Amino acid sequence: MSYDWIIDLLFWVAVVFLVAVYVSWRATRLDRLHVRVETARAALDAALVRRAAVALELAASRLLDPATSLVLATAAHEARTADSEGREFAESDLSRALRAVVDQPGFAAALDGRADGAAVLDEVGAAASKVVYARNFYNDAVASARDARRKWLIRALPLAGRAPLPGFFEIDDDPPRL
Amino acid sequence: MRVGIVCPYTWNVPGGVQQHIRDLAEALTGFGHSVSVITPADDDAELPPYAVSAGRAVPVPYNGSVARLAFGFLSAARVRRWINDNDFDVLHVHEPAAPSLGLLACWTADGPIVGTFHASYAKSRVVSVTAPILQSALEKITGRIAVSEAARTTLVEHLGGDAVLIPNGVATARYTAAEPLPGWPGEGGALGFLGRMDEQRKGLPVLLRAFETLGRERPGLRLLLAGPGDAADALARVSPELRDRVVPLGLVSEEDKVRAYHSVDVFVAPNLGGESFGIVLAEAMSAGAPIIASDIEAFDRVLRGGRAGALFPVGDAAALAAAAGELLDDPARRKQLSAEARSAVRAYDWSSVAREVERVYETVALDGVAVVATGRGG
Repeated sequence: MSYDWIIDLLFWVAVVFLVAVYVSWRATRLDRLHVRVETARAALDAALVRRAAVALELAASRLLDPATSLVLATAAHEARTADSEGREFAESDLSRALRAVVDQPGFAAALDGRADGAAVLDEVGAAASKVVYARNFYNDAVASARDARRKWLIRALPLAGRAPLPGFFEIDDDPPRL
Repeated sequence: MRVGIVCPYTWNVPGGVQQHIRDLAEALTGFGHSVSVITPADDDAELPPYAVSAGRAVPVPYNGSVARLAFGFLSAARVRRWINDNDFDVLHVHEPAAPSLGLLACWTADGPIVGTFHASYAKSRVVSVTAPILQSALEKITGRIAVSEAARTTLVEHLGGDAVLIPNGVATARYTAAEPLPGWPGEGGALGFLGRMDEQRKGLPVLLRAFETLGRERPGLRLLLAGPGDAADALARVSPELRDRVVPLGLVSEEDKVRAYHSVDVFVAPNLGGESFGIVLAEAMSAGAPIIASDIEAFDRVLRGGRAGALFPVGDAAALAAAAGELLDDPARRKQLSAEARSAVRAYDWSSVAREVERVYETVALDGVAVVATGRGG
């Protein structure tokens, strides 16, 4: 009587078990990468909304001349109301508008004298650099997730589920020089 | 905001990372944040009130030299307890790719994590082999900071991914006041240089050529050289009759370095390129030394296009001699440049740099979410 088939069976059970552990580990990792992308996206959205709000506040502060206020308010409004397709263009336009406003000769000097000028400028600076940071962190997370999804195992098995492939967020976000 | 900072290297051993963390922790505390630092430390070491010891670091060979690192289950358990005891809003891990506390913290923690990368090195095969081990831990970092363009390149090449650039700060207060070295600057005036003498891109030969002209025109003028390198080689480039007026100090202590900045009438930075920022320039500005620098991009930016220090065309010894001569003859202009420099350097002070780091914290922190230790890796 031979028990070879039992050995064979145990061997294959072990192989299946190990493959299952490996696949589940890969799936967990992919899930974690997707969560990171979503968290980073939420932070990026918050940073963009905040920047638009600060720009609107600056426009409404009576610290600026009406033409400058109008340029800022329009760009901030466009950025805040843009649909997902026009979002990147609108946010880039807001960056350019902010730079054009702040880079005016004598801008900082003109605001320095005002009561809350320095505080508003500081907020603009903070909001602009947070967009830079949040966008860098988001794109970094997207790059890792896309990299992981390109692996053959992930493509062969539907490990990514129905999660859409995350896209990079490409805008001109150079902050104004305060 | 409750901030937990993880230091990978022994606290009491002098090093750039430790200094960075100390300055950052103190600046953040000054802003009103509650900061706790966990660090390897020797048993009898005195730690500041905000620092917690994770035990002794062990010397092990790593990446071609012997490094003192803290690793193992005991260290991991201490990091885990520290995280769970403190309810941090943000965990800030330094040098997370080194096999020390930083990596352990990434491994064990969940929540908003910021990582700062300090090191830069050329492409090595070892790192390519170890990258998969690091991957799971490093993927937990929400926001990555590199302290220099070189550190950022290293990160991109070895581990993939990007980082935002936030440079080291300068503790400007340390340079503000000091006694000049005995006998300096002296009646005939003095020029100063600080940096490696034998490093081509620091540009000492340009300054020595300019001194050939200046030294002949001004019989009392002296040149102070501070920094390591072969002094005899530098002196050999100067005509024999001028040699006794060139004074090489060699490698100077931190304290003497500060005094050297206060010992000269004009500080010269003749660098030929390759500087991303120019820490020496920022130190000289903090000391309020009147500066002449080559017009490379980094210096032009730090000196505000020539307002906080005179600029000359890079490598042009004749132009340097002319500009230095003008400055030596014009005490009022020197005074004005000194004041402008002190005010321009504030942008590079730790308080400004820590503001940027604070903005990164605010970007990654989530309302109502604290950093927790999961007790397992992966």
